Amino acid sequence: MGTRLGNLRPNARGTPPLRRRSRLGDRLFKGLSVSMAAGLIALLALLLVVLSVGGYRALSKFGLHFLTGRNWNPVFGREDFGALPFIFGTLVTSAIAIVLAVPVAVGLALLLNEMQLGWLRNPLAVFVDLLAAIPSVVYGLWGLFIMKPVFDHTVEPFLTNTIGQVPAIGALFRGAKYCVETQVGNPRACVKFGYNSNGGDLFTAGVILAVMILPIVTAVTREVVAVVPRDLREGALALGATRYETIRMAVLPYAKSGIVGATMLGLGRALGETIAVSMVVGNGLGIGPSLFRPGYTIPAVIASEFREATSVGVHRSALLALALVLVVISLVLAALSRMLVRRTARLVGGPTPAGAAEIPALEVTG
Amino acid sequence: MSGAAVATAGARAPGLSRSMSRSRRVKDRAFRASLWACGFLALLPLAFIVWYVLVKGVSALNLDFFTKEPAAPGEPGGGIVQSFVGTALIVGMAIGMAVPLGMLAAIYLSEYGRGRLASAVRFVAEILLSTPSIVAGAFIWAVVVVAMGTFSALAGAIALTVLMWPIITRATEEILRLVPQELREGALALGVPRWKTIARVVIPTAGSGIFTAIMLAVARGMGETAPILLTALGQDFLTTNPVAPADAVPLRIYNYARTPVLSQHAIAWGGAIVLLAAVLVLSITARFLANRQQRRIR
Repeated sequence: MGTRLGNLRPNARGTPPLRRRSRLGDRLFKGLSVSMAAGLIALLALLLVVLSVGGYRALSKFGLHFLTGRNWNPVFGREDFGALPFIFGTLVTSAIAIVLAVPVAVGLALLLNEMQLGWLRNPLAVFVDLLAAIPSVVYGLWGLFIMKPVFDHTVEPFLTNTIGQVPAIGALFRGAKYCVETQVGNPRACVKFGYNSNGGDLFTAGVILAVMILPIVTAVTREVVAVVPRDLREGALALGATRYETIRMAVLPYAKSGIVGATMLGLGRALGETIAVSMVVGNGLGIGPSLFRPGYTIPAVIASEFREATSVGVHRSALLALALVLVVISLVLAALSRMLVRRTARLVGGPTPAGAAEIPALEVTG
Repeated sequence: MSGAAVATAGARAPGLSRSMSRSRRVKDRAFRASLWACGFLALLPLAFIVWYVLVKGVSALNLDFFTKEPAAPGEPGGGIVQSFVGTALIVGMAIGMAVPLGMLAAIYLSEYGRGRLASAVRFVAEILLSTPSIVAGAFIWAVVVVAMGTFSALAGAIALTVLMWPIITRATEEILRLVPQELREGALALGVPRWKTIARVVIPTAGSGIFTAIMLAVARGMGETAPILLTALGQDFLTTNPVAPADAVPLRIYNYARTPVLSQHAIAWGGAIVLLAAVLVLSITARFLANRQQRRIR
């Protein structure tokens, strides 16, 4: 065989200079690719270090007050940075998004993976992925000019008149007139909910966020549903279970922790979403039960104040500290989510999920 | 994929379903209906957004829109040529940086990556995908803008690189993994050095798949507003200077949407239609190519 292939093998006789050169090439190439891969780890480390250093001045000056204070005043000399209103707004909008998006995403994932859709499956899957491709600013523009007026004049009054009348949870959906701080240093400005030209609110922002995170939660849920072994479903169906019973008894129990993982990833994306939210959330500093009040989120405040901030006081440092808080939370959520999804795969003994749902899931938020 | 096979295997004979209790049948029907409702709910916003962007945006499009600098607020006419040029400049530079970085990292993961370093890199790449884009902006502001002493297109491109690097890495790795092992073994057996095997056999085979990964990363980078806002700042005049502040289409939309000037709202919708069209065309083409590629390799 060696003789027959003899002249096909470029290095058959292995003239020393050629071999040395290709070994050098190998070493160079490998070294280069290893360093670019390790570069990703270095990038993450550098990002955390830079934001920690940048945020240090504000964090050390205000300590815990930075997270619990309710006053945010960047005027030099009267500086006070308590980020609670932003933390509140971020949590509330993200919670709304999760509550609305996760059930739909799970339903959608089951529809796409478990039902016989025939030719409809692919287009439907593509359309859902396209939701992830729409730039954040287009969501914001649409939310601001098209969705918000409808919410202000129709959806929110309707909710106030219906769910708003229920005791306890009704308080979330009431919001006739509140006086809130619309801007720093002008605490008595009043905003009538819904009828203010630039007053968005937490609820509108939450709904937009729900649409934005829907594709990623769907994609990850599809990933975990896909690794549930086929015999489980076939067993259930063979016993005469309906499609619903099969999914409830054979699919969901195994996919459960993976769905929790998908939710966490969605939450991480929702927390970090900036532009669309900042356009419709209303940018108000108040804290209260109503979802129909203007709010403010961590990314939104970074976006709107960063360019004006100076490094004379600690304003810029405070914004960098907020970025640090944000990135730590998102990365922890992403890491936990990844582990839960992996665990699902190991639990059911399937292959580690990768590929199929991964590519479209890549582009989300902006 | 597996669903169809299971479904046929599990299809009930008509006689059996008649013997099913009524409540079980009703529950199953209700469940199926609710799944379809989820599908419908998901499509609704996409349809609404595309429709309104089309309706509102088309009227803003004319030659001036693409070729002129902005008019004074309230004045008719004018365009956002500097935003288009800025986006091209920033995204172009970002591709130049992110593609080699991402591809080399992906080559490491799929061709050499074993053991702890590889799984650490894979994990970090995955969680970096979740970095909020505004954080990438703040990070690059603190590193590049402060060092250069000015906001710039270059800083914007570096911020986008931070976001695109892990995207290209993960997507390219998936595609390189699809290349059959036999091809590598064949080349290596012929005595071709490893690096040449990768460069001449593996990458050409993955070909359009890698292109797909890049297209997805470009689609993502092109639509980003937040990191550009913190690093490139914005610009009212046409410039191609990479170290001067630059504009970008999404940034212009963001700024114009928040002014009270109606003519600027119209321009914002015009920008949105161009941006949305570009992003959707890229994403759809990428998906189409990816499907074809997977069929071809398998």
